[in-house]
Amino acid sequence: MNSLSFGSLARRPEAGSIVSLLLVVAFFVIFGGVQIDRFLGAASWVNLAANLGIVALPVGLLMIAGELDISIGAMIPAGSMSVAIVSGYYGLPIELGIAVALGLGVIVGLINGLLTIKTSVPSLIITLGSLVAMQGLVLAGSVLLTGSAGVALKAPEWAKFLFGHFFGGSYQVLILWWLALTAIYVFFIHFSRFGNWIFAMGGDKDSARNAGIPTDRMTILLFVLSSTSASFVGMCGAILFNSAQVSGGMNYIFNTIVSVVVGGVLLTGGFGSIVGIFFGAITFAVVTQGIYFTDIDRNWSSLIIGVMLLLAVLMNNSFRQFALNYAPRKKK
Amino acid sequence: MTDTHPVLELRNVNKSFGPIDVLHDISLKVKAGEVLCLLGDNGAGKSTLIKTLAGVHKPTTGEIWMDGGRVSFDRPKDAADRGIATVHQFGGTFPLMTIGRSFFVGVEPTKGWGPFKIFDRKKANAVAVKAVQSFGITRIDDGDRLIGGLSGGERQSLAIARAVHFGARVLILDEPTAALGVKQASHVLRIVLEAKKRGIAVIFITHQVTHAMAVGDHFAVLIRGALAANFMRGEKSREEITDLMAGGEALADLDAYMESHDGHAPDLVS
Ligand SMILES: Nc1ncnc2c1ncn2[C@@H]1O[C@H](COP(=O)(O)OP(=O)(O)OP(=O)(O)O)[C@@H](O)[C@H]1O
Ligand SMILES: [Mg+2]
Repeated sequence: MNSLSFGSLARRPEAGSIVSLLLVVAFFVIFGGVQIDRFLGAASWVNLAANLGIVALPVGLLMIAGELDISIGAMIPAGSMSVAIVSGYYGLPIELGIAVALGLGVIVGLINGLLTIKTSVPSLIITLGSLVAMQGLVLAGSVLLTGSAGVALKAPEWAKFLFGHFFGGSYQVLILWWLALTAIYVFFIHFSRFGNWIFAMGGDKDSARNAGIPTDRMTILLFVLSSTSASFVGMCGAILFNSAQVSGGMNYIFNTIVSVVVGGVLLTGGFGSIVGIFFGAITFAVVTQGIYFTDIDRNWSSLIIGVMLLLAVLMNNSFRQFALNYAPRKKK
Repeated sequence: MTDTHPVLELRNVNKSFGPIDVLHDISLKVKAGEVLCLLGDNGAGKSTLIKTLAGVHKPTTGEIWMDGGRVSFDRPKDAADRGIATVHQFGGTFPLMTIGRSFFVGVEPTKGWGPFKIFDRKKANAVAVKAVQSFGITRIDDGDRLIGGLSGGERQSLAIARAVHFGARVLILDEPTAALGVKQASHVLRIVLEAKKRGIAVIFITHQVTHAMAVGDHFAVLIRGALAANFMRGEKSREEITDLMAGGEALADLDAYMESHDGHAPDLVS
């Protein structure tokens, strides 16, 4: 079995995202006059890809499992505000602030997950509810507690070292988290049996349950993972920039979904890969940040993203067809 | 068979969904190595009956017995644990998973230790391919193919092979041949016979008399949720069976008419 042939690569879910990344880079180099070495070494797109990627991975898993979580848009400011209020405004130990930020993510994830399994309401609607509710809670809560919508935070050295400092000039430490998390996800999704469960859930939840997969527990776990990842990213942002604002985070909803879809996850669930989502986030970051390195007006980046998204959806469909029709032909 | 008890038996099973009575007083037995064909018009309650057997529904009243002991299924898993396997119309329910992966959904073989156990893809593929080939489907030879790329008959065959591999004793097939062409359907029928040869009790739902005649040992006809006929192979002619399947409703109407008209049949209007 020649598992590295072009054919077998093209059938993999991540093929589309790698192709689109190469196309975007080629486009920037050819038409935008980008100096490729300066561009590759730039921190801006890597930082964005890391922030986005950490959230996009669990959101993508939810989509593979046939669910969606848009409440992450509120969980990013929720994570940053809670650590800032607890450890900045009240001056309590940073450990407590971190615990509150992550704990909030766990609680919201539990609520999203429980509502999804207990009701037949689509998770898009459920998480729309928790998105709006959390937004209100964060804004009203911070005004009530601190009297303002922005809070400063002075984190101790060790916390900054772990969660919020720049290395090699302007690379966020979050990049290392992103790489490590990606490796962990790759292991669990593509090498352990849990990944099989998630793909089966996205294929047909009832059959998966009948096959003995704890679908309810898995669904809750994935929601907890996504909202906790979002509050983690928010928390790291607050520690890095020494302050937190209630606004922001909303564009993460669209950006993660774009990354996931460009990364080859089927909107209908049951198909996708961690490597694909990883490259999806990179592609998104390269388009939106890379455009600053080109002679192209940056306002065009939205157009590029839109076209890319549409192409990705079409391509995902044909990749899926491609993968389904694959029958090995014995040529020898 | 030394086993004198039927593998599976229904005793006076009734099932209603709220005010709607779907099954009335069904008593049925199926033995090991026997193919029971469940026949009946659309909406007669066939799917409801097998869902009751598979633990999807609980009987409103009545009992289910297995091997001479009473059983009760609270969820599909309970029935599955007792060896009752259901294969649905389209067989593979995970079109985007590979043969090897979907074969082992929920019971993945792993290698390695502790938290680093990894899914043993080679083994899964090999076992799955071997299982389906042992049923005579030799065209499936690569466990990395996606289920969605298989033909309908191959999918059914794979699903049946999977159930048998995991120790099914009762195999429930809900219209497995409905969406298939002649050749594909004959594949599935051959596999039903192979399962029977292995001593598995098969409950086979179909609308096609030919398919039922080809494999059935035992026939049960449902009309509006009641057992209208229950007979063994050879006890009724092909015509009678066809009539029961197609005209069962008409016959029941006829009975009702005659009952309320002192035994007179209605005049024929042509
Ligand atoms: N969950 C349910 N709630 C209410 N009524 C139901 C339910 N499930 C089935 N029924 C009704 O029970 C009757 C029998 O349905 P069932 O699906 O068992 O028929 P069937 O014999 O399998 O028909 P077909 O040949 O079309 O598959 C139908 O009238 C159906 O509407
Ligand atoms: Mg039916």
